[in-house]
Amino acid sequence: MRINRRRFLQSASAAAGAAALGFPAIVRAQGEPIRLGLMTVKTGPLASGGLDMERALVMYLRERNNMLAGRKVELFVGDSAGNPAQAKSKIQELVEKDHIHVMIGPLAAGEALATDDYIREQKLPTLSVAAAEDMTQRKPNPWFVRGTSTSSQCSQPLADYCYKTLKYRRMAVIADDIPYGHEMCAGFQRVFEDLGGKIVQKTFPPLTVPDYGTYLAQLCTNIDGIFLGFAGSNGFRYVRQFNEYGLHGKVNIVGGMTALDEAVLRNMKYEAIGIITTCWYSATLDNPLNKKFAAAFRAEAKYDPGFYAAATYVEAAVLETALNAIRGKVEDKVALMKALRAIRADTVRGPVSFDRFGNVVGNVYIRKVERDEGRLVNAVVYTYPNVSQFWTYNPEAFLKNPVYSRDWPPAKNLGC
Amino acid sequence: MQFWVIQTLNSLSLGGLLFLLAAGFSLIFGLLRIANLTHGALYMLGAYLGASILNHVPSLAFAAFAGGLIVAAFGGLFERLILRRLAGNELGQVLVTLGVAYIIADLCLMVWGGDPIPVPTPDALQQPLEIAGFMFPSYRLAVVVVAVATGIALYLLIERTRLGAMIRAGVDDRQMARAVGIPVSRLFTTVFCLGAGLAGAGGIIGGPIMSAYPGLDFDMLPLALIVVILGGVGSLVGAFVGSFIIGFVYTFGIALFPQLAYVILFLPMIVVIAFRPRGLFGRTT
Repeated sequence: MRINRRRFLQSASAAAGAAALGFPAIVRAQGEPIRLGLMTVKTGPLASGGLDMERALVMYLRERNNMLAGRKVELFVGDSAGNPAQAKSKIQELVEKDHIHVMIGPLAAGEALATDDYIREQKLPTLSVAAAEDMTQRKPNPWFVRGTSTSSQCSQPLADYCYKTLKYRRMAVIADDIPYGHEMCAGFQRVFEDLGGKIVQKTFPPLTVPDYGTYLAQLCTNIDGIFLGFAGSNGFRYVRQFNEYGLHGKVNIVGGMTALDEAVLRNMKYEAIGIITTCWYSATLDNPLNKKFAAAFRAEAKYDPGFYAAATYVEAAVLETALNAIRGKVEDKVALMKALRAIRADTVRGPVSFDRFGNVVGNVYIRKVERDEGRLVNAVVYTYPNVSQFWTYNPEAFLKNPVYSRDWPPAKNLGC
Repeated sequence: MQFWVIQTLNSLSLGGLLFLLAAGFSLIFGLLRIANLTHGALYMLGAYLGASILNHVPSLAFAAFAGGLIVAAFGGLFERLILRRLAGNELGQVLVTLGVAYIIADLCLMVWGGDPIPVPTPDALQQPLEIAGFMFPSYRLAVVVVAVATGIALYLLIERTRLGAMIRAGVDDRQMARAVGIPVSRLFTTVFCLGAGLAGAGGIIGGPIMSAYPGLDFDMLPLALIVVILGGVGSLVGAFVGSFIIGFVYTFGIALFPQLAYVILFLPMIVVIAFRPRGLFGRTT
């Protein structure tokens, strides 16, 4: 960029303006800035979501002039490449070299599990988007809160919707062969079968399988619908190959919270239209905060915010609300964690609060892929308000069961 | 009955895809004695280039040709400028190919972003065919035809042309080939270009099925390794037979024993290595 006189004047006056606005806050600030770490993924297969996380967080801070609760914020970003071991060493770097007070991230469940011990040991307040169930269930980490959802928190309401509204009775599930996929399907299966439905086929292809041809040829076609528990680009490829095999219109598809994210919708065409998915967010949510956020994000990135962008923006809002509650004293970790679990925050996903395990209670939206102004969007068709990670089950009874997995709850109705 | 017919077709189409991936890998491995770990990345680069070319010229055949040429040129430069300097240091060369694979992956991420990009199926092949009461994608059958045609063309190139004779000589005994006046150095570059080009074109032809996405490189690389080790290093026939064996074993394996996907993928390779360390069609020297 060439700097001419006019541009120089513009930026100089903008800087002066910002300084003037920020000045009273600086006086109020408790000396040092808040050191905020973002543990994300900027390289490798998960980079798309990870880069959106950084973009959303930078946007959030910029909109507030880099001030939270009256203190300046310094942002430190770590890139784990989606690798759990690297996530651990990068978090160590953020803690021991950059001396962060609080961390947003990491992105993937494997990274969160690999760094669980270190987070406990360092007493590092962590706001994660990773969905691993037991981090807020049977092995809750006192330094960990999650403002997004557990793996099954969104699939359980979807099962309810499939049974009660769509009147599905026989369904198949397919998901990546990782704990995230297992947990989503297990929650879906439990609720669907408790209502009286039957899961007649469960399939878990390897995460890195490039081709679903064999699985598509195996699919039971005498069912009402199939639930997709995919992450990353796998849902996108599954749906495309599904159509390739002429299954479009023969079997209905419903999907989990990352199966048809806004991030993959923008590269899809007619094949996705009409598919129902579930998530704690949609870029089309009609609330004032989200209208502003989605428009600003679209203006900057040229596409709709999806799961990861919204997740980070939500976590940032949760953090800001908690910091306001303790008047910016981020150094008091115990007070911060207490505040994080006690607050009620207004976010782009709607109002959220937290249960005693540190997991969010908030709305879950049932969405349908529709065309709007030449692009595909996840239009909200139904809202389940204030959904807990335990759905409608009693938390104590829920926690006595084994954690959701490939084999629990057991499948009793298999067979086309 | 329907199960067997459809899964047989699936096996054939997977085998075809694997051959397009593995043929170039095998050629390079055979002559240069390098496990070229950039191969998956070149395949992915091809898929991305294909998606971009198809935005301007709506012909998959043209995209495969042009994209293959670009990737071939890239491969040639890589061999001349980097691998050549490490001649004799085979471990170093393998390590460099791995490093370059990561570099290509990150460049693709910078240029095309992190989201999956579809490679459109040619219009004429979009409708599935009805076979035994089941719909089967016609594009996948076309892939088998392309793979077999490529196999025949390569076979003729290797067995019936002067270039092929030189390559065979180089595979069998590099020193002796050099001694009788075969320009082994130029041959190396040629074969590297050819292998890279095949990977790139393979990525484009596989594109309508798999799309272009970050991670495609390391999803595909192990498959190329398995096929080549099973079939025998440097043997085109081995790569061809190996591809279809893996296509069948993998497809029927996961259809019949879905829990064992990875075991099934690697088991044939382990068995073959145990009994024939040089692969099914590898020559003993």
